Amino acid sequence: MKQLKVDAIKNGTVIDHIPAGKALKVYEILSSHFKKVTTIGMNLSSKALGRKDLIKIEGKEISTRAVNRISIVAPSATLTIIRDFEVFKKTEVHIPTSIRNAVSCPNIKCITNFEEIETKFTRVKSKDVSLRCDYCERLFTLNEFEV
Amino acid sequence: MENLISMRNLGVDKINSLIELAENIESGKVKSDMTGKVMGALFFEPSTRTQLSFETAMKRLGGEVITMSGTKGSSLEKGETLSDTVKIINQYSDIIVMRHPLEGSAKYVSECVDIPVVNAGDGANQHPTQSMLDLYSIHKTQKSLDNLKVCLLGDLRYGRTVHSLSFALGAFNPEFYFVSPEILNMPSYILDELDDLGIKYTQTDSLDNIVDDLDILYVTRIQKERFTDPEDYEKVKSSYVITPEILSNVKDNFKILHPLPRVDEISVEVDKLKCAYYFQQAKNGVYMRQAIITKLMENNA
Repeated sequence: MKQLKVDAIKNGTVIDHIPAGKALKVYEILSSHFKKVTTIGMNLSSKALGRKDLIKIEGKEISTRAVNRISIVAPSATLTIIRDFEVFKKTEVHIPTSIRNAVSCPNIKCITNFEEIETKFTRVKSKDVSLRCDYCERLFTLNEFEV
Repeated sequence: MENLISMRNLGVDKINSLIELAENIESGKVKSDMTGKVMGALFFEPSTRTQLSFETAMKRLGGEVITMSGTKGSSLEKGETLSDTVKIINQYSDIIVMRHPLEGSAKYVSECVDIPVVNAGDGANQHPTQSMLDLYSIHKTQKSLDNLKVCLLGDLRYGRTVHSLSFALGAFNPEFYFVSPEILNMPSYILDELDDLGIKYTQTDSLDNIVDDLDILYVTRIQKERFTDPEDYEKVKSSYVITPEILSNVKDNFKILHPLPRVDEISVEVDKLKCAYYFQQAKNGVYMRQAIITKLMENNA
């Protein structure tokens, strides 16, 4: 029998396949949702990723929309809603068309790095997935974000 | 139109309507009256030319101008946030014109105040009134903005003006030639965007084979401060000097534009030629800014 390193939850949310080392960043972005018992697993072994992080939230279902805010930090993440120990719904994280206050702007001369402003990025259709800062208008690929 | 922050997504209709209004203000067909209105000119970064052009525009419309130039001795130096500063100016004036070294600052200010905001330059990002006066100048000299052969020459890497202009003109099916020393080539993020928009361009390091076919040559200054090695600067600067000899076979409608100030990239000999248009271009800036102020105040009335 497979030995789980963290206990299964009865009802709640599992954010799985977070790139190893990014769980704390994901926690920070979604912190307002983590009022309930939360378990963070880091550097767990994964077939797909080698190593991965994972977050389980007991007794709280987090919407796909909310979780999409972590898509820049953890594009490979999956979201599983658990009801009565069973998988109720499983979805992948997608980069939304507009993403607010999830990451800071990589442009050091952007006003958002100087005044208290919620950052906002808009997804741009291009060869690669890229996001444009609504303020400084610079276009960034995902790997340019310091996460 | 509530604010003029960026050329991005301004759209052909708004561009055309501002050009038409500038034409009508210049010809006297439209009389715009800003008596009793106050423009707050906030130049957190000095810019003599743009500032004077805006002040002239507002005064010619009969309005008044209050100016803050630089941040020395101001409340900002005492630690006041930009947001607080502009909320105060909001109480004194009817329209804000601002230049600021940080990118995105004009958009942010437009979210903090309830009067129109005109971006007069936000760092390396946008300078839409310059782009609009460039378009007005091109339209005036070519009678149209469509299907033109336009060469942008000089510092294409750091030149905000040329970035803005390439997108602004991009909507009118131009054929672009980008001529610059390799170290000052158009940045790849701009080229990628032009590719995405399907805008045609050719990159080259010499003007020789193309100048005779051009409608517009837009020259920018190669800035010494951009070079870490002064020898590199000396090497490239002289290779882009426009002289009457280079222009001996240009087309009849051909014009040279330059956002100014010029150093030595256009020889003074060229000033006498009929293709030299950069001083009229500066004058067009006043008409265009009159049009922009008028349009924004009209919508805010």
